[in-house]
Amino acid sequence: MTHHVVIVGGGTGGTVLANDLADRLASELASGEVRVTLVNDDPDHVYKPVWLYVPFGQRESVDGRRPLADLVADSVTLRIDRVTDVDTDARRLRTREGAPIEYDSLVLATGSRLAPGEIPGLREGGHDYYSESGAESLREALLSFTGGHLVLSVIGTPHMCPAAPLEFVFMADDWFRKRGLREDVDITYTYPIQRVHGNPHIAEWARPRMDDRDIHVETFFNPESVDPEDRRIATMEGTDIEYDLLVGIPPHRGADIVAEAGLGDSGWVDVDEHTLEAENADGVYAIGDTADTGVPNAGSVAHYQAGVVGQRLASEIRGRPPTATYDGKTLCFIETGMDEASFVEFDYDHPPSPVPPSQKLHWAKLAYNESYWLTARGLL
Amino acid sequence: MTETDIEPVATVDSRGAACPGPLMDLIGKIRDVEPGDLVVLLSDNEQSLTDVREWTEEAGNELVEVDERDDHYAFYVKKA
Repeated sequence: MTHHVVIVGGGTGGTVLANDLADRLASELASGEVRVTLVNDDPDHVYKPVWLYVPFGQRESVDGRRPLADLVADSVTLRIDRVTDVDTDARRLRTREGAPIEYDSLVLATGSRLAPGEIPGLREGGHDYYSESGAESLREALLSFTGGHLVLSVIGTPHMCPAAPLEFVFMADDWFRKRGLREDVDITYTYPIQRVHGNPHIAEWARPRMDDRDIHVETFFNPESVDPEDRRIATMEGTDIEYDLLVGIPPHRGADIVAEAGLGDSGWVDVDEHTLEAENADGVYAIGDTADTGVPNAGSVAHYQAGVVGQRLASEIRGRPPTATYDGKTLCFIETGMDEASFVEFDYDHPPSPVPPSQKLHWAKLAYNESYWLTARGLL
Repeated sequence: MTETDIEPVATVDSRGAACPGPLMDLIGKIRDVEPGDLVVLLSDNEQSLTDVREWTEEAGNELVEVDERDDHYAFYVKKA
């Protein structure tokens, strides 16, 4: 009897896992004992970290796209379709176009989607760099922005890449300085809680750097609406600010199928933070943004979690108790300008401690972004 | 009748969530409810004792009561 592993979502977590299983279970896949199917609603794999560089003219959106078929091992069945329903009792998925899919093991790697519509006026009045179209539109706005008030507002958490809003304002500060425009540009950074980042250690590191570089900060700032005509943001706290150019990090949500299947709220699956097993269903794992572990929604997290789930699935399929666990490992480069970066590595038990920024780390970040495609293929 | 005799319109269970998850969950729920509505936040994160109080004061909402239970706190917050 064939054991069928189905992975839903072809982002970093899903793609790394598919290739991990192709390697780890090569003999079982060859003999037909195991089948691995990766379902994604886009024929392309998208590497989102490229988008941070698009507004500054350093990368193109297309640099972050490659066909999944070129990245995923031939022994994995790739199905381009959208899963519309998860029945964890019957272990069956329904899809938009094809026949239902029966599974023995399911891994949800459906990731995040943007929900700007939750804040009235945000879609019309703000830009973002958390989507291809948003990053390209922001590039045009930035190129024509020669003076005024630039506001970066983190509107909801959790959001993808928690360091990226800090990176953006550090890069914008440097970008405008190098172009001789900084004196004409005010930069304000807003954050929903009482500090500039969810993690207190990163917040403590970032805040004095923002002060030194004249990046204004508003905390306890939770936008309720945006008025695109008056260019004004109104908050739940009663603080209104005016802007000339708004860069908003929109609220994020997960896939609707997660809540509909009773696996968790807002698209995030309730999981055991070490085993990544769903708490409300058997035979279901979640990885990356989809797994509600409390760690950052970052590609490195999805990458490491995919390795853990790959090991656990291989153990289960071979009739052994799974012992691999996720320890919260997270790794992030943090750009602190156009040509310098810091770096953090942390886990559930060890808090982050950003290292002094350097040009070498900036180049390390760019080099990794180039070699990411080896990660997606399961080689790095 | 105490304030917490008002029937909460929503309970946000953030037990197990790391900081600032509970506060962000509360803020998200307060967005959705009507002025005067009561929301209960369940959190086992000690930082919530500071975070929730500071934010409710900042936003003008009312922290009606903090109920210390066996292994978590229940924060009763009324939207202004």
